[in-house]
Amino acid sequence: MNYSVIVEVTLRPGIADPEGATIERALPALGFTGVRAVRAGKLFRFDVEAASSDEALANAQALAERLLSNPVIEDATARLEGEVQ
Amino acid sequence: MTRIAVVVFPGSNCEYDAAAAVEQLGASAELVFHSATSLGDVDGVILPGGFAHGDYLRPGALARFSPVMAAVTDFAARGGAVLGICNGFQVLTEAGLLPGALQKNRGLTFLCQPTTLVVVSTRSVLTRAASVGAELVVPINHFSGAYTCDDATYDSLVAHDQIVLRYRDNPNGSRDDIAGVSNVAGNVVGLMPHPERAMSTLLGSADGRVLLESFVGLGVAAR
Repeated sequence: MNYSVIVEVTLRPGIADPEGATIERALPALGFTGVRAVRAGKLFRFDVEAASSDEALANAQALAERLLSNPVIEDATARLEGEVQ
Repeated sequence: MTRIAVVVFPGSNCEYDAAAAVEQLGASAELVFHSATSLGDVDGVILPGGFAHGDYLRPGALARFSPVMAAVTDFAARGGAVLGICNGFQVLTEAGLLPGALQKNRGLTFLCQPTTLVVVSTRSVLTRAASVGAELVVPINHFSGAYTCDDATYDSLVAHDQIVLRYRDNPNGSRDDIAGVSNVAGNVVGLMPHPERAMSTLLGSADGRVLLESFVGLGVAAR
């Protein structure tokens, strides 16, 4: 089976995020007030061939931790979107 | 003669400057492509600046899986002298050969300017010929150079005298003004500034010489 997967990579809590901070500072000038705690991250979408959804998710989580994120500063979370034909 | 391997990743762009700098100091330099599985018979290895593998994903994230990195890791484990400059520093942190990580600069600006560095430790292969407290003018040229680590890692860096160089005037938001760190043994060093671009007063500064002299003077007692 092929499973569609999404991996989110975000900076760990407490790690400074200059990108998020810059976005947050830009928002009031555009009229978006009251926005706080902006954190920028990355999103990856791909398909995984696996015997089961559990296996697909485990593979995706493993590759997310090995390559897609730097565990020193980032957390990675994989989730299944569903099966693909 | 001291033999230095300079690793060339696809996207490296400081390999010839690094090679020219060590040759100027009397060492020989050999370019080693990233697909090599051996470094050959060398006394030291430099991972130069640039944009290895396009810096895609994160700087150094793909380069750490280049075949040559297994040889670099073995060499480092045997006590070999390893120096990562700029992108090379990022590769060494991604590979786990040095602690911490390098994040985007504070203010999200690409920085290309001279900086004044302060020598913090002379225990590393990059600084053993320098003096603690010495100020060196060496240029930086990076977007992701803000040194970052958690508190436990920071405490360990201090406890093991692994902070090698600090910026006098922090340009990029690095934690505790850190410009360069070593591993615990001191044989693996990474720094964001470019000592190979500070080899001649005619070109602005010759303060990089003492650093690279330390590096190529492998096994030589400190002056």
